[in-house]
Amino acid sequence: MDRRDFLKALAAAGAMVSIKTDGVMDIMASALPASGSTTSSDGKFADLAAIMNGEPVPMLQAALKEIGGIGRFVKKGQKVVIKPNIGWDRAPELAGNTNPEIVAEMIRLCLEAGASEVKVFDHSCDRQANCYPHSGIEAAVKKAGGIMLPADQKSEYVNVQIPKGKILKNALVHKAIVDCDIWFNVPILKNHGGALMTAAMKNHMGIIWDRMAIHRGGLHQCIADLCTYKPAALHIVDAYRTLATNGPQGQSANDVVLTKALFASTDIVAVDTAAGKFFTQINKSIKFENIEHISDGQALGLGTMNLDDINVHKIKL
Amino acid sequence: MNTLRIIRTAAAVALTGVLTFGFIDLGGILDNPLLQKIQFGPALLSLSAVTLACLIVATLLFGRVYCSTVCPLGIMQDFFNWLSGKINKKKKYGYKPESKWLRYGTLAILILAWLFGFTFLVGLLEPYSAYGRMADELLKPLYILGNNLFAWISEKTGSYRFFKVLLSIKSVTSLVVAVLTLLVIGHISYHHGRTWCNTICPVGTLLGFFSRFALFRIKIDTDRCNHCQACSKKCKAFCIDSKNQTVDYSRCVGCFDCLDVCKQKALTYGITRKKADSAREKDAVDESKRQFLKSTAVLAALAPQALHAKVTGLAGDKHVPMSPPGSLSHENLLQHCTACHLCVSKCPSHVLTPAGLEYGLGGIMQPLMKFDHGYCNYDCNICSQVCPNGAIRPLTVEQKHKTQPGHVVFDISRCIVNVQGTSCGACSEHCPVQALHMIPYKDGLTIPEANQDMCVGCGGCEYICPVHAVHIEGNPVHLEARLQEQKQNINTENLDFGF
Repeated sequence: MDRRDFLKALAAAGAMVSIKTDGVMDIMASALPASGSTTSSDGKFADLAAIMNGEPVPMLQAALKEIGGIGRFVKKGQKVVIKPNIGWDRAPELAGNTNPEIVAEMIRLCLEAGASEVKVFDHSCDRQANCYPHSGIEAAVKKAGGIMLPADQKSEYVNVQIPKGKILKNALVHKAIVDCDIWFNVPILKNHGGALMTAAMKNHMGIIWDRMAIHRGGLHQCIADLCTYKPAALHIVDAYRTLATNGPQGQSANDVVLTKALFASTDIVAVDTAAGKFFTQINKSIKFENIEHISDGQALGLGTMNLDDINVHKIKL
Repeated sequence: MNTLRIIRTAAAVALTGVLTFGFIDLGGILDNPLLQKIQFGPALLSLSAVTLACLIVATLLFGRVYCSTVCPLGIMQDFFNWLSGKINKKKKYGYKPESKWLRYGTLAILILAWLFGFTFLVGLLEPYSAYGRMADELLKPLYILGNNLFAWISEKTGSYRFFKVLLSIKSVTSLVVAVLTLLVIGHISYHHGRTWCNTICPVGTLLGFFSRFALFRIKIDTDRCNHCQACSKKCKAFCIDSKNQTVDYSRCVGCFDCLDVCKQKALTYGITRKKADSAREKDAVDESKRQFLKSTAVLAALAPQALHAKVTGLAGDKHVPMSPPGSLSHENLLQHCTACHLCVSKCPSHVLTPAGLEYGLGGIMQPLMKFDHGYCNYDCNICSQVCPNGAIRPLTVEQKHKTQPGHVVFDISRCIVNVQGTSCGACSEHCPVQALHMIPYKDGLTIPEANQDMCVGCGGCEYICPVHAVHIEGNPVHLEARLQEQKQNINTENLDFGF
């Protein structure tokens, strides 16, 4: 091997590691289950856990068990952020926001795993002072020992570079996300008038201040761009109740379907693919391939849409 | 200090304190302040018979005690007056005859201004409204600064007990008006006691008509009085004529300050046997009536007819301004609103903003819905609940959902989906009723479709649209919003993972 070949190999290896750090870690983790973590149904960690027919908390617990337990992600003393969807002044039954029970259980698990703090926020669309309490999330978070953070003032956000973004090159990101050791992306599955579906990827719009920059730049591509900034450790899509139509806010309870499902993955593209395939069964007027931010995400190397390539655990409780 | 003065002071501090907190409160503790509703000006404009009757009866019984306990502008003046007394201990007043022309002239001008739709002037001088604007424009920002300081500390300590609140200047005009009000009335009260209340204040003048006949009032015992002038020099209303041993009851604000200073104990507050004063009183009443009628007649003749046309005309043809839900129409708002800015202060979404010339000259500073900092919360009806003037009528949340103060206008030629060919849907996303609804467009895209009948005019779409392709036009007379279900097919059969 001459010097040039050596450098090439080094560069390639470096690129691989930098692009797919999570993937590499996953493979290593799959091979060697960490001590103290729960055992999944086939003895290996799932890349994607899809759960149906349960109540919110049991479904979350089942999914985490398949993925390898919270201890796989949260280390002692870490500063943790949980980012649900708290976008709308809507009661939990109207499925505008993430199920508060799921948020509370995640906080409990993170604290149990030794997190030094668990902070929760969303840059809500409706007034924060309405969304936080009316979603049921504020009370659930406080009861579980988490901290609700303000997110309705520009001063909470700091400008960051997004080097991997194609169009969105920088954004004002909430400082909690910038400063934390690890964060969990916990959206709810909903219809969206413009993006067609909102789940894990679109939930990132709540970590930034200027959402309209994303609408101006091209919604789907900019959502994918934003997801490259600081990937969450795990994406948990709450589909206990699904807002099937008139999303993301919903017109009435008639838009809500009790679907009793939950999807979790370390791969954001895979979890949105799963959520999207599930969702398009319910709202048949939406074609999966038109939810372009998912394929845009795959093109950016955020994950895979081919669920056959990864270890998927489907469980009906 | 005599008991009456103690009671008066305690009542004044308590009532004004609670009323002021109603304006500046951020925590939702006083979302529906009640003290604002017992103010004379608002009660008169909203024709609240019970409140008006109570206030008039109270004045007929006890004189203008309203001015020394209930009126926040009066209490503010007493504060400045007290301050000047602390700084200059030798401060003295003295009897001055009534400035009849100024007093009744001002009242006549205001009545005419109101009749001609120039409510701005009424609001400018109506004491409760003048105070409200100072509370909203000057005191509230200080309160917010204090809150934000606590928010900063609570962030540093990690408790996050306080959240920062947006601090913004809602209207330069209103800010300037509030500052000028403070300077002018502050100056007058610091140097000349209650002169404002007895020359300019329309409520003072109106209550003065009744307080002349008050059952309980300050009496001078002519046998004991030695014309020492101590009471005259103490009277901040300049209404005790010690020389002639008379009191101008139309100007006495019932502060009871004089009772303490009379060494002869000639002054008491109680039921008067009408005897010595009656002749003079009768004279005064007739004279003032005459003056009032005279000045009204003169002003009516001189009042510019053009004013009315100006008031109903709208600034520019770009937007029809939108008045808050519950205000029924621009006309109703114009007739009733004295721009106290309680609704502006209470609006949690920073939507209600003091108007410039949008409603015309008469409607300056009246509440206008603007979507620079937010949009009207679908389930919020606070402005309609708090208005003491009947300018914004009370609406239940259900009634508000069916009210259309303005309607959506969608300009497809500017829409991102049409122009750029990329997805958006921000407007529809923010529409609580789906009056803007996304329908299939080319290349798998969706584009908004506007249904004006359903629109509640909340402005969510206008606030959020990244390219100003959608805005709300006000309805000069509010209409009914008709909610229709946007039905789409939902499949719940044979649900499985789907992959």
